Amino acid sequence: MGKPKVAIYDFTGCEGCELQIVNCEEELLDIIGNIELVYWREAVTASPDGKTPVDCDIALVDGGITTPHDVERIRKIRSKAKILVACGSCASLGGINALKNDIPLEEAKRIVYGDMAQHFETIPAAPMRNYVKVDYELPGCPMVKAEFLKFFKWLLLGKGKWELPRHSVCVECKRKENLCVYDKGMFCIGPITRAGCDANCPSFGVPCEGCRGLVPEPNVNAALDVLSERGLTLEDAINNIKMFCNAEKPVATLHTWTKR
Amino acid sequence: MVEVYIPYLTRVEGHGNIVVKEKDGKIECRWEIPESPRFYEAMVRGKPWDKVAHITSRICGICAAGHTLASIKATEDAFGMKPTEQTWLLRMLLNYGEQIQSHSLHAFFLALPDFAGAPSVIHLIPSHKDAVLAAVRLKKLGNDIADLIGGRAVHPCCALVGGFGRIPTEKELLTLKSKLQQGQEDIKLMTTVYASLKKNIPNFERKTEYISLHWDKEYPWIDGDIVSSEAGVVPYREYLKFIHEWVKSYSSAKRAKNVFSSYTVGPLARVNNNYKQLLDSAKEVSEKLGLKIPSHNPFHSNLCRVVELVHCIDDAIAKIDKLLAKGLKEEGLQVAPRAGRGVGAVEVPRGLLVHDYTYDATGHIANANLVIPTNQNHENIEDDFRAWVPSLIKQKLSDEQIGFNLSMLVRSYDPCISCSTHLLKVDFKRE
Repeated sequence: MGKPKVAIYDFTGCEGCELQIVNCEEELLDIIGNIELVYWREAVTASPDGKTPVDCDIALVDGGITTPHDVERIRKIRSKAKILVACGSCASLGGINALKNDIPLEEAKRIVYGDMAQHFETIPAAPMRNYVKVDYELPGCPMVKAEFLKFFKWLLLGKGKWELPRHSVCVECKRKENLCVYDKGMFCIGPITRAGCDANCPSFGVPCEGCRGLVPEPNVNAALDVLSERGLTLEDAINNIKMFCNAEKPVATLHTWTKR
Repeated sequence: MVEVYIPYLTRVEGHGNIVVKEKDGKIECRWEIPESPRFYEAMVRGKPWDKVAHITSRICGICAAGHTLASIKATEDAFGMKPTEQTWLLRMLLNYGEQIQSHSLHAFFLALPDFAGAPSVIHLIPSHKDAVLAAVRLKKLGNDIADLIGGRAVHPCCALVGGFGRIPTEKELLTLKSKLQQGQEDIKLMTTVYASLKKNIPNFERKTEYISLHWDKEYPWIDGDIVSSEAGVVPYREYLKFIHEWVKSYSSAKRAKNVFSSYTVGPLARVNNNYKQLLDSAKEVSEKLGLKIPSHNPFHSNLCRVVELVHCIDDAIAKIDKLLAKGLKEEGLQVAPRAGRGVGAVEVPRGLLVHDYTYDATGHIANANLVIPTNQNHENIEDDFRAWVPSLIKQKLSDEQIGFNLSMLVRSYDPCISCSTHLLKVDFKRE
């Protein structure tokens, strides 16, 4: 069997997730040696025929959907890719872009572009899965290097089952014996955020901001206890998780939380 | 196998279209930015002071530390805060991490192949294997600094208003210092490579206005006021006296002008305006590369990146020595939000970056203005096209050769990935 054809595409975002791939300095040669890289905009100037997207086995896509053009483009990419991977929070959750969803779009355009606003098209920010079937998601802002490497190796070997961690950031944080940032008077949403980042932020003395999205089956009672013990409300938690999940279910889910 | 690796190394950072049309001797040049609008200035409205830096960091994956520092400084300026010496030294190190990472990536992986006449860095491996390895190490060095000091190279998490979430240990700083010492060796090698290739750098000059920070004490990265080569100095809070932003319909990235129809920011502007503040070791390299200051050749930005790399590496070591000599300590974070306006002006790899916030009394953003370096260069790039294209046509170059030259010119500005630009597409039409 030949090497899998891999294409890398980016949508609206900071391109930090692509940079995370570039930053795998030590492993990148091995990865590249085991694939056929057919498209990488930042890397190869264009696809072979000068048009994109190209047929591929694996499409790695970062950034989020924020314009009508993005919608059209992700559908084309999907139709050419056997496997579509959403890389990072913008692609998986809507991410930081979705903060604009709270502002009437015409107003957002006017704030930034003034009377030239009519030249710029925008739609509510959304994750890839709102528009196309996504096979795998690697949330995180940025995408976690170690998780990407583990996932990609699994994808190439094609053995076993891939699953994102189903426990919260707190588990990883405790395992590292970090001082709980709540004890420093900070508001951390690690208790309800999906693990897999090795508790990056709390390990550097700052609160988790929920960039990997809500953990599946969160312990609602315990989370509500943590909030009330610290004199915080559900609304505070929602405001916090909005930073990366404003386009996502978590915000709506949190609104329904009550103590059982 | 390795062929596929190289494309990534020779990456083009930015999505813009070069459009050149020539008909009956009439030449039209456009540098178009079709990037999706991002709306950060609208998104930060109403957000609390302790979230703003982490939101604005997401403007750009590659200048994330610079956005974080500009944001923190704007907030501290609004709240009337001054960082401690330890915090300032750590911020300088974080800044150096980003400069080293970004400059290495651009100068060695992206720009160098152009001057070496190679399609990509991979083609340089047989002839320059040691240099390619040194370049990879230098890029990693930048990331290692930012990982340790900022908690993560892409979107640093622990640089905060008032200080740091975590202070590195003495041992960690010593390890970093030894990596920087290796970096001193690696940059020596890269300087030699650049010196040998500099004859291939196009000889195109166009005087423009050079705008950067200027600080009397040191080469300016995260301190100082705004200096223009044509208009003197204004205090950083009055940046709007020099930076006049406007919007062009074919470009979602804003543009800027001051004295002329355009000005430039970035390594060339910084070195032109602050040569005296460079460390002697950096000045020596500048001389070795034959850089005559002030230079009006935009391609010399690449040489300036090498000069700045020397400065960053040597000064990072000096900053670590200072931290170690003073002893590291937990300082806590004391922040008292208040209503008011604050400005954070810093130099990121691509030039002057300004965050300008107005806070309400509860420490929430009422208004924000962000001035991105690449935006300040767009119009200058277009003016370069207008000045250069006629002579390229006169030299009877093919469309392809003209396209290559203009691509190389745009690359020399190192347009930032997402601060405004993506793939470089050349659309050259002769009618």
